[in-house]
Amino acid sequence: MPSPDSSSKKNGNPSPKNGKSDGKQHPTPMLDELEGGPWPSFVTGLKRLRDSQDKQYAPMMNDLLGQLEHSYEKKLGFWKGGVVSVYGYGGGIIPRFSQVAEKFPESKEFHTLRVMPPAGFHYDTDIMRKICDIWEEFGSGLIAFHGQTGNIMFQGATTENTQKAFDALNKIGFDLGGAGPCMRTGMSCVGAARCEMSNYDEQRALRSIINEYLDEMHRPAMPYKFKFKFSGCPNDCVNSVQRADFAVIGTWRDDIKVNQDEVKAYVEKVGRKYMIDSVITNCPTRALSLNDDNTLDVDNQSCVRCMHCLNVMPKALSPGDDKGVTILIGGKRALKVGDLMGTVIVPFMKLESDEDYEKLTEFAGEVMEFFSENALEHERIGETIDRIGLPAFLDALEIDPDPNMVKHPRTSSYVRTDDFTEEAEKYFEKKKAKEAEEAKRVAAAE
Amino acid sequence: MSEAATTPRLPDETGVPDPFLYMHPTMKKNYGNWDWHERLRPGVLHHTSKTGESIYTVRAGTQRQMDVYTIRKLCDIADEFADGHFRFTTRSNIEFMVADQSKIEPLVEKLTSEGFPVGGTGNSVSMISHTQGWLHCDIPGTDASGVVKKLMDMMYEEFIKEEMPNRVRITTSCCQVNCGGQGDIAINVQYTKPPKIDHDLVANVCERPAVVARCPVAAIRPAIVNGKPSLEVDEKKCICCGACYPPCPPMQINGDDSTKLAIWVGGKHSNARTKPTFHKLVVANLPNNPPHWPEVEAVVKKILYTYKDNARDWERMGEWIDRIGWPKFFELTDLAFTKHHLDDWTGARHNMNSSTHIRF
Repeated sequence: MPSPDSSSKKNGNPSPKNGKSDGKQHPTPMLDELEGGPWPSFVTGLKRLRDSQDKQYAPMMNDLLGQLEHSYEKKLGFWKGGVVSVYGYGGGIIPRFSQVAEKFPESKEFHTLRVMPPAGFHYDTDIMRKICDIWEEFGSGLIAFHGQTGNIMFQGATTENTQKAFDALNKIGFDLGGAGPCMRTGMSCVGAARCEMSNYDEQRALRSIINEYLDEMHRPAMPYKFKFKFSGCPNDCVNSVQRADFAVIGTWRDDIKVNQDEVKAYVEKVGRKYMIDSVITNCPTRALSLNDDNTLDVDNQSCVRCMHCLNVMPKALSPGDDKGVTILIGGKRALKVGDLMGTVIVPFMKLESDEDYEKLTEFAGEVMEFFSENALEHERIGETIDRIGLPAFLDALEIDPDPNMVKHPRTSSYVRTDDFTEEAEKYFEKKKAKEAEEAKRVAAAE
Repeated sequence: MSEAATTPRLPDETGVPDPFLYMHPTMKKNYGNWDWHERLRPGVLHHTSKTGESIYTVRAGTQRQMDVYTIRKLCDIADEFADGHFRFTTRSNIEFMVADQSKIEPLVEKLTSEGFPVGGTGNSVSMISHTQGWLHCDIPGTDASGVVKKLMDMMYEEFIKEEMPNRVRITTSCCQVNCGGQGDIAINVQYTKPPKIDHDLVANVCERPAVVARCPVAAIRPAIVNGKPSLEVDEKKCICCGACYPPCPPMQINGDDSTKLAIWVGGKHSNARTKPTFHKLVVANLPNNPPHWPEVEAVVKKILYTYKDNARDWERMGEWIDRIGWPKFFELTDLAFTKHHLDDWTGARHNMNSSTHIRF
């Protein structure tokens, strides 16, 4: 979407020879190349802001474009960090100071405010217009929806305006997210708001945990970052297994619900061969079988709730009724020991009643407390678990080992087992107690 | 000055906003009570609740880094053609919801005419998850928005159609921290040289023990250089990861020529069929070549269309490769297999083939 008036301006104003910004437009020949093509262009957007001569941010965005073009020419970045915060909080602002401010003085301070969006990223136009008005008055006019951790990123405020922008946003109900060694902004999928695969109230879980521990977010005092993500089903649309220290993923314990008429209708539509090749044999645990009358046979004991058959036939198959979550802990990307996925720590937690949500929130607090007390500086909790071993982590949190936590039991014989018999006795005792409790629950339900 | 003017305002520590304040009324009404969905066409979803109510979603691509004019234009579209509400997906697509099916076509037409491609649903290439790059990050090796713009231009047709074997999730990252995350295809900065150290600055800028501790291979040690406390790097040990750079900017890891791009494939978040996987290196040392990054574009295109032409329905990139094997992947994509593809990090032997399972 190239705007014709911006291209005429770019040709009319040569670069100032002394390199100093004198209010003239910086030429941006390389960035101009990113205005053609069918995908929406961020460059065209930046130019609109630069060309809004009646707005306070126009000079800032001219120099910002100048610096960005300079980066494209030099193939280097020119921002450095620093310390900027708002009154009462220790984090949430990403300070950026230009290293080439002598050439581009108007954008010498270009800080980002990380602001938490409504859970599930819902907006109406009224609140969105208010957001735009505030950022037009105090910021650069540039906003990213959303950053990778899930913040609205208000990109580009001067040090002076950072407080003013925050105050205005805070007054309409928005609060800063996390930055630095602290609990970070959480993210949840659309979930129960629109998805039939949802197995719990994702936004409630997110808000229960994050809003309970805001102190851990706004006054960074942890060894390193700690992220929560909430997906309503094992499709994990918010990518929690690889990205969250604490991943909460919806699942169910009872049988997949099958509407056999819809199954038959689907087989009729796609044919038996396609049904077998694309659904039946794609089941990772061979839990599906197509009957001769085109109905579906599900071995629910073997099903691992991978979601494939539900995804392909959403009208025919649905999650069961006994819903809850699986919690995996310790996912993160490269630094420092290498990539880690989360490990199953809680195979199933019922998530329905107020007490269930309180229990989840409490557990999240216990894990963060363990992290704060035991992790080394700049160590993610997955690395802590690696360092001390899963048995020590479970012991500290008083969680019993569970075969759902492993791909398979250990293969190394390097372990001291002289208390194996006592541990096995404990296992059987707990199993018995659990069975009694479950029987009580079923009796009560009936 | 009045007291109000001199006393700073204390924040209202309100936390995550309540989404029900902004949610489409039909979604609010049927919250937790949805039954099934279908895709009416690429970019358009139809969800039905257990009470029989419907909500239609039109999904469109955005540039993610949006100016207020673009955002207000989206608000105007929502007010005129949708019901005044929208939401964003985790991949920065915008979704307009309408309760009335007849509103779909005018909305799709309006979005398309305003330059917002309608698509990104089902088995399409959705928007690239990306980072900030030169626009705002303090450690980037490349730009994010620029690379994404070029690639999405190239893959535009695959965004507005649903013709891939399964969904394709692409990510880009401007440094090896990989904020963009795992992807079916990931385009990530890969540094190729040890940091160049500005010894005059280290003592003033860096907490030296913290920098030493940050190195994954213990290649950094304190040193006195030109009479000043500084750091030195054992370049034989250095793996050029850039971990020392954020805590100590004088450890300059980026170079205009030494910062390269690498492409990885086969990352997957979903638990569908196979367990989640990390992406794997397929090619490194591609030049960081703004504003078109043609070398990157060519490789991504080759991989994407080789997958499209060869994978079976519902196979994600990694699952397709699992079936055909890595030798075939490198053959089909005309990419080289080198010693650098052999993992030598902790646990690497688990990534080797310990069987006679070999395809001939």
